[in-house]
Amino acid sequence: MTAADVTNTPAREQAAPEPARRRKQPLADRESFLAKAFLLPSILYIVVLVGVPFFLAIGFSFSDVTSGDPSFDWVGLRNYRRIFDDPVFWRSLSNTIVFTLVSMVLIVLLSKVLANILAADFRGKWVVRFCILLPWTTPVSLSTISWLWLLDNVFSPIDWVLRQIGYLGPGENMYWLGKPGLAMASVIAVHVWRLVPLAAVIVLAGLVSIPKDIDDAARVDGAGFWRRMFGITVPLTLPVIAVAGLFGAILTFTVMAVVYVLTRGGPTNSTQVLASWAYFVGIQGGDVAQGAAVALFLFPLLLAAAIAILRAVRRAETL
Amino acid sequence: MPDVVEVRELRKRFDGGGRGGPVYAIDGVDLATEPGEYLVLLGPSGCGKTTLLRTIAGLEEPTSGEVLIGGHVVNGLPPRARKIAMVFQSYALYPHKTVLKNITFPLKAAGMSADKQQERVEWATGLLSIEHLLSRRPRQLSGGERQRVALARALVREPRVFLLDEPLSNLDAKLRATARDELKRFQDRVGTTTIYVTHDQAEAMGLGDRIAVMEAGKIRQLGHPVAIYDDPADTFVATFIGSPPMNLVRRDGQLVGFRPEHLLPIENVTGADRVTMPFHIDRVEYLSGDRHVYGTITGLGEDARVIARLPSTVSTPISPDERHEFAVPAQRLRFFDAESGQRSDPVPVGATAGPPS
Amino acid sequence: MSETAALAANTIETVSADALRRRYRRQHVAARVFVYFAAILAALLCAGPFAWSAITAFKLNRDLYNPENNPFILNEPPTGDHINLLLNGTPFLTFVWNTVWVGVLVVAITLLLGLPAAYALARLNRPWSTPMAIAIFFVYLVPPSLLFLSLSRVVAGLGLQDSTWSLVLIYPTITIPVAVWLLMGFLKAIPKDIEEQAMVDGHSRVGAFLRTVIPLAFPGIVAVVVFAFVLTTSEFIYALAFISPSDAKVVSTGVPTELVRGDVFFWQSLQAATILVAVPIAFIFNFFLERFIAGFTMGAVKG
Repeated sequence: MTAADVTNTPAREQAAPEPARRRKQPLADRESFLAKAFLLPSILYIVVLVGVPFFLAIGFSFSDVTSGDPSFDWVGLRNYRRIFDDPVFWRSLSNTIVFTLVSMVLIVLLSKVLANILAADFRGKWVVRFCILLPWTTPVSLSTISWLWLLDNVFSPIDWVLRQIGYLGPGENMYWLGKPGLAMASVIAVHVWRLVPLAAVIVLAGLVSIPKDIDDAARVDGAGFWRRMFGITVPLTLPVIAVAGLFGAILTFTVMAVVYVLTRGGPTNSTQVLASWAYFVGIQGGDVAQGAAVALFLFPLLLAAAIAILRAVRRAETL
Repeated sequence: MPDVVEVRELRKRFDGGGRGGPVYAIDGVDLATEPGEYLVLLGPSGCGKTTLLRTIAGLEEPTSGEVLIGGHVVNGLPPRARKIAMVFQSYALYPHKTVLKNITFPLKAAGMSADKQQERVEWATGLLSIEHLLSRRPRQLSGGERQRVALARALVREPRVFLLDEPLSNLDAKLRATARDELKRFQDRVGTTTIYVTHDQAEAMGLGDRIAVMEAGKIRQLGHPVAIYDDPADTFVATFIGSPPMNLVRRDGQLVGFRPEHLLPIENVTGADRVTMPFHIDRVEYLSGDRHVYGTITGLGEDARVIARLPSTVSTPISPDERHEFAVPAQRLRFFDAESGQRSDPVPVGATAGPPS
Repeated sequence: MSETAALAANTIETVSADALRRRYRRQHVAARVFVYFAAILAALLCAGPFAWSAITAFKLNRDLYNPENNPFILNEPPTGDHINLLLNGTPFLTFVWNTVWVGVLVVAITLLLGLPAAYALARLNRPWSTPMAIAIFFVYLVPPSLLFLSLSRVVAGLGLQDSTWSLVLIYPTITIPVAVWLLMGFLKAIPKDIEEQAMVDGHSRVGAFLRTVIPLAFPGIVAVVVFAFVLTTSEFIYALAFISPSDAKVVSTGVPTELVRGDVFFWQSLQAATILVAVPIAFIFNFFLERFIAGFTMGAVKG
């Protein structure tokens, strides 16, 4: 069904002739009613299934609810005090921040490069795009499990290649997930690997939306590749890049699956992040209230990120 | 001495988008500008004029043939090596830069020193009277202002050739007339060879030193506006130029053409050498002082619907549903081959010629 | 003299056109080579693990569990045993089926709720439109890793604990905000004239919406459908927290729990599962990527 078909379809309903404005418009026409009716279901859904649990979580964090004892008793700031005394919490917090910052930088840079590649014209573009999409479109648990083997202490194919080229001696291994610093790097790498395709697609959309005229004008004006890139392309896609970067930051900040599958937060909590720690405490440990308190620490930082995104999106729209 | 742009046996093929094979957007074009002239590429949408312009600019590479600027073959060179400047239909101003930065962008790209940049900017903005707009952004400018900024940006590079792609079509009608005037005066002052693309024949006739009428990738006729108007090379040019278009009447395997302003009531056409024809009038329109008379003529060839344009100086009363004898001076008739549309030699047409045998 | 200045000076006046042409040709070729190189590198890095997965799925145990063997080729003859195990020895097909119907239902709910909401925010100009859009956006930022604890209480309270339906209920909270945001972009790009034409032709506002807007926004809707479906299939936390019994699981949680018994990983079957799930999804997404991008850029008109 095309636009042409639609506008040529004869009107099946003949509107009654419009008399004075006093006459009440039929419901299906009243804009204020429609606007509310259209919006209400979504709002309700979200309020009930997000708003309520959110406040519930806040409530839990001030309680002593556990999975063994679901009775709700107010305990004030006890959970928060326990958190502050728990070194694992602080470890998780710092890990989360490091993890997010490093990942974000990598994602922004790599997605920009990748988007440029995707926008270029060359043969086999379809195949390349397909390959690039795979990391993100695969369920996170499955792709991460594959990495579990790829980074295995004994069987890692990466180690095998390194052994072949002589970087590692026979029988030597990198212990990608076993050594604390390396484990963090590995977790970051896998996470970035997963997210760059998504970010690249978003940035690509921004790239493609630059009118061709502007690029042509820059060419005629004498700008070479780098000048066009940094003088025209980057400034014009900066809002989109910011959006992609911040979405990435949020998704990174709340990452739980990758850590859970790859390292369970180990070795010795060196890769524990807030989201995964909240899971361990709350579900596996059964201390729902404590878990809620941990998880809530995500919120203020997310709020700050949200405000930043909004500014970027506003700028993108006014350009 | 301003530069000459030349195009030799130019062809540009686009591989078809699924609908039956490749398309030749430019199909064998030869063209050479005069130094410093204002050359207009005129034609309907899809005739190849914009592709030709872009090929000269270096934004497209030709499939075959050569492009020469200032006597040098420039095939294979990117736009920035050709020393040309282009103004796009949308003006293509950099939306995130101020007017000043827009204009200095090409100068920065050329590595010019800050002092020289300043000099050039002052000169260009003075010429176009936009000094007061320097700190604004494109979205804060009106259509006319944007056009002037685009021109300034083109001007600062002191290019050999100006290429303009329908720069007036985004302006509203009232503004277009003044903008046209400004453009012509601007080019007169600067003197750079200019190639201008448009689909508007009135614009072309008003602006061009010479006009190249294009259709389906080929140049139908290249010449001065008067020559194109008075002596069209084929029926396409004849009917594309002029509003209302030339009347064409089938006669004996030929098409006989005459412009509406030359078809007048018989009382108003003096001189021995005139061709008369009965005119059955349908309706009369009053436009800017002229009368446009619509109807059918007989007797010249096959019956044909024609338009006559009577200026205000002709006050012969004409009313609809009348039959009135009209005439055309014989030297105003143009003859075209009915098959090919090409111009052919005049054939004597008797004053009282009967229907074709 | 800077490079650009040198280049600018090296126009057709100062250097012979031929030499210039050769230089540009070389630059052009170098650029093409670089693009191919970068593209191939990117494709290898992204898809490399999957290529490895595909091969591993057929490996015999003694081939796989030998650190000396080349992991990227079959050192012993291939075997279909592991795939057999996956398909017949585990509820894999059930997982896939669950994932599919959950996905379809969630997408349906998302569109049913999200499309009108996006329309209301994009078109029907109410004073509270912008704050509302922002509010919806904010909701997106409350992440599953924060909510899953209290949501598991809610789910239990509703009696949906351990039921796949819990996912159908909860997933739209993830997909609706994103869908609304994306759809708003697509809808804003549709010219108002077309709806107004329909209303002049006699349709009500609702009728115009159904008859004209939805067909025109179709590419955008498709893009949102694919995006929402991918989000749903990939979701892990809620699926893990809400559902324990095997038969009710989706692929995302079922495969890891079935094929990882304690410390024992059934690697080959896992890889087979990964490939079987990843390839079709990526295929479909790639197919619609064109539309997806067109949707993003529909708003960007010339000038």
